[in-house]
Amino acid sequence: MPEPLKTLTSKAVVLSQSNIDTDQIIPGRFLSTTTREGLGAQAFYDWRYEADGKPKPEAVLNRIDPTEHRILLAGRNFACGSSREHAPWALLDYGFRAVVSTEIADIFTSNALKNGLLPIVVDQATWDDLAAHAEQPITVDLESSTIRRGNAQPVTFEVERFARRCLLDGVDTLGWLQGQLPAIEAFEHRTETV
Amino acid sequence: MSRPSTLFDKVWDRHVVAAETDDTPAVLYVDLHLVHEVTSPQAFAEIESRGLKVRRPDRTFATLDHSTPTLPAGPDGERPYDTPASKAQVQTLEDNCARHGVSLAGWDSADRGVVHVMGPELGLTQPGMTVVCGDSHTATHGAFGTLAFGIGTSEVGHVLATQCLLQRKAKAMRVTVDGRLQPGVSGKDVALAMIARLGFGGGTGFVIEYAGEAIRSLDMEGRMTVCNMSIEAGARAGMIAPDATTVAWLQGRKHVPQGDAFGRAAADWLTLKSDAGAVFDAEVRIDGSAIRPMATWGTTPDAGSPIGEVVPVPHDASGEKALAYMGFTAGAATTAYPVDVVFIGSCTNGRLPDLRAAAEVLRGRKVKPGLRVLVVPGSEAVRRDAEAEGLDRVFIDAGAEWRIPGCSMCLAMNGDRVAPGQLAVSTSNRNFEGRQGPGARTILASPATAAATAITGVLTDPRVFMAEGTSLKQASAARETVGVQNA
Ligand code: SF4
Repeated sequence: MPEPLKTLTSKAVVLSQSNIDTDQIIPGRFLSTTTREGLGAQAFYDWRYEADGKPKPEAVLNRIDPTEHRILLAGRNFACGSSREHAPWALLDYGFRAVVSTEIADIFTSNALKNGLLPIVVDQATWDDLAAHAEQPITVDLESSTIRRGNAQPVTFEVERFARRCLLDGVDTLGWLQGQLPAIEAFEHRTETV
Repeated sequence: MSRPSTLFDKVWDRHVVAAETDDTPAVLYVDLHLVHEVTSPQAFAEIESRGLKVRRPDRTFATLDHSTPTLPAGPDGERPYDTPASKAQVQTLEDNCARHGVSLAGWDSADRGVVHVMGPELGLTQPGMTVVCGDSHTATHGAFGTLAFGIGTSEVGHVLATQCLLQRKAKAMRVTVDGRLQPGVSGKDVALAMIARLGFGGGTGFVIEYAGEAIRSLDMEGRMTVCNMSIEAGARAGMIAPDATTVAWLQGRKHVPQGDAFGRAAADWLTLKSDAGAVFDAEVRIDGSAIRPMATWGTTPDAGSPIGEVVPVPHDASGEKALAYMGFTAGAATTAYPVDVVFIGSCTNGRLPDLRAAAEVLRGRKVKPGLRVLVVPGSEAVRRDAEAEGLDRVFIDAGAEWRIPGCSMCLAMNGDRVAPGQLAVSTSNRNFEGRQGPGARTILASPATAAATAITGVLTDPRVFMAEGTSLKQASAARETVGVQNA
């Protein structure tokens, strides 16, 4: 179950490229794992390391302190591609708690929310403003569903309401779904006995 | 009278256990849950940590495909796994299935195959169903008029434990491909043309229904190829209304109803279509008769154009980065670059008609020396059928490698990979940076195009080898017109 996430203030890392796909976030060859843990070391592996495993000094993700940069400001159509939940696992393990883009892929959004990584979609003007002042801390507040740079005017974003409640109150999604079992059984009875 | 509904509405409505409200998503029932080794271990671990069992093992079917080697076991019976982790992952699924009573098409099964090739082949996928899998290409099954979409591992756990998912209903888009497809134009070319039109991400938030004469004219395999690539336009699902082609294809398959029950099922399936006057949130029309064999030039699946066109001038930094990665120059012909590897396979194009199309081009011809060609059937059934027709001999005689089924070079997590810097023409679905191996460069195309490329060594429009009565002499003249230098 994800850690509850209510509010977060942090600096952001900007990766402005559009269409950063899940194969960039965590390359396929690192999916041969049977646990969720430890994937941060392989997050954006081919952007961070040479073929021989040497870190690329110019890679921004090798230059920053992840504990101080909990927000990823990414270009349009972030996390498109595969349904691998390893992508949010890797981003969280690296240190991110929120991703801000002008468009985020559907499956990733669903996967991220289930793990306590907040996907935030903003309009282009807001994105440009955040990117232009990337050194300023950004505050994300889930209760009011707002994002704000420094002391600038907060901008609201949308979060699916059930996922939001799960994150704020620590509701266990699978547990909630199990609470629906009587209705599920009734459904099966209705549809399977024709 | 009730409001006219879409195919998507009809399938959705049949599966709502609890309706969506402002505060909660719908509880949606899942008829068929397909499982593979990569996205399931953490889900089994999660339900077991809660003391839960797989609730409906009879609706859950597993296969081994992603991390499996495509070379046979050695004399000691050991399979040549890429890493110990791959082997452990396969064993984990074997153990999980055994413990939970889930059928697994494992190493010894005649049914084993890439999950989206296997499901339809066994008749597990039937019109009107909801089908999910921890895999974004689950949309493939929508070719049968199912609502089929990829889910994450947490959701795999939800389905294992409850047979349900929490879902908000997506918007509906109809993509109508009118007109008659030209000879030599396949489902893959339709898919690449559709994605180029919608843009990568253009379908985000939508379920796409494919309609129109060109779609109807495709066989089921071609329809699966089109639905398979819905996710490359950002759409989670693609659907095609069942028709006589669908019914004929399914009849007699292992898990479909038999006898009179089949007739009743088929009558129901044929009611699954969008009503006249149904309203879609978005409508797109494509002229199918104008589609030509397609290939990509960038690092996103929407960066594609008809073979023979030049690489376009990038319009932003991401486009420039893509061309730099590919080593392509704006204004140069896409057919100008020497190709190192050709991959024919995957859940997009690893079915029997795909292999036939490739073999047709390669029959009696030779792979260009120095080029590596890997042909990987999508399932054991495809392999058996292909071998019965002698397609394996056609590939081997031409100089290609004939492997055992699996995902292979589509995602390169089993050890089959394209070396850094090499250029591949691949019948798979993603040309992302490093998808086929670190530093690998990928051009996506149809099986016929891949085969034509294998002969010439540069991206080649397959029609130069397909024209009726084409002699080898004419074909080689045509090769010159597409820019091949004779070595
Ligand atoms: S063939 Fe490729 S796209 Fe299809 S399931 Fe395997 S890895 Fe995924």
